[in-house]
Amino acid sequence: MLPGNIGYSLSVYIVCIVIFMSVGHALLGILARGPAHGYDLKREHDLRFPGAKPLAYGQVYATLARLERDGHVEIAETAQGGGPERTVYALTPEGRRTLDDWLEQVEPAGPYPADELVRKTITALHLGTDAVGFLAHQRAQHMARMRELVRAQTVVAELGAQIALDHTIAHLDADLRWLETAAARVAPKGKVHT
Amino acid sequence: MTEVILSTRAVEKSFGRTQALRGVSLELARGEVLAVTGPSGGGKSTLLHCLSGILRPEAGEVRYGGQRVDDLAEAPRTRLRRREFGIVLQFGQLVPELTVEQNVALPLLLEGHDRSAARTAARAWLDRLDVGKLAEALPGELSGGEAQRAALARALVTGPQVVFADEPTGALDTVGGEALLDVLLSTTRERGASVVLVTHDNRVAAHADREVVLVDGAFTAAGVRS
Repeated sequence: MLPGNIGYSLSVYIVCIVIFMSVGHALLGILARGPAHGYDLKREHDLRFPGAKPLAYGQVYATLARLERDGHVEIAETAQGGGPERTVYALTPEGRRTLDDWLEQVEPAGPYPADELVRKTITALHLGTDAVGFLAHQRAQHMARMRELVRAQTVVAELGAQIALDHTIAHLDADLRWLETAAARVAPKGKVHT
Repeated sequence: MTEVILSTRAVEKSFGRTQALRGVSLELARGEVLAVTGPSGGGKSTLLHCLSGILRPEAGEVRYGGQRVDDLAEAPRTRLRRREFGIVLQFGQLVPELTVEQNVALPLLLEGHDRSAARTAARAWLDRLDVGKLAEALPGELSGGEAQRAALARALVTGPQVVFADEPTGALDTVGGEALLDVLLSTTRERGASVVLVTHDNRVAAHADREVVLVDGAFTAAGVRS
């Protein structure tokens, strides 16, 4: 395997761990209010973070399995009604400590790595293809998403959900500003000479 | 078919050797909220001033309700502005020597309404915009958000068909800006009035029905109607 591929695999692995950990902590936070089963956890998570991608059930159960393995949650009850079996999970004292530690920890400022927008624009500039057009179309796409989010903001009443939407909107706005700055810089030049 | 209330055709405007607008053509529908965005110096405010009759373009035409208005003399243009248009600017621009209520009543008094009726209407709009308790205050005693609400009351008191807002949330924080925008759009939409919203803030622009982007005095892209 090439060294570049190793680096890529490592970064993907780290991103997966970070996402996994963050979802795990969010679920611990929900369980801190009382025991719940997977369906309720997913629903509450999606309500709390309306700007985020809805959790897949597979992700919820995989995360719960890991949390149980690490002693952060335990099975409180297995309900067997008319329908499928439902496992109710509860927070353990160890899980509560992990949650409190996470809440107290300050997060590092984001690494803001070159994402797909940046890679695409720079590649287009080097190739002399239509970077200006790409930036304009991308801006329209981002503005369409911004419209959806500001509409959602007018109907979301719960404070936590409003704050989560503010966060998504602020990051989208940062991308939009970057797209506009990039378009202004690129317009007179057209392409980068290598 | 949607009724066009305000339009421009090939409007040009220069300041000295700087060409601020280069052949701008635009149509605003009745009840439409249009955002005009773009970088500083791109011509946004100049376009708003030409549309609202504050400035006269050197070439092209501006029509309101199908009638040409850019060639009107100063006095009828001022009357048109006072009767049909409401204008909100970034810092409110209230008259500092007058109370908030007197500021809001002013456009009605200039139109010849009697003092008592003007005062009643001003008070009703101030109450509607949650600043009724500040009616007797002077503009210097208001916060940025309060001053903008008072300026909005002044813009709406005459029942305008078109409201022009130039960076109305520019001096406010995010939450204060959202609240003002909410009031501005809900009151104008409810009355079926149109809004031209000049802004460099994408979050504000996202509230509009349509967006046009002005760069170097010309449109670069027309946003999709949402």
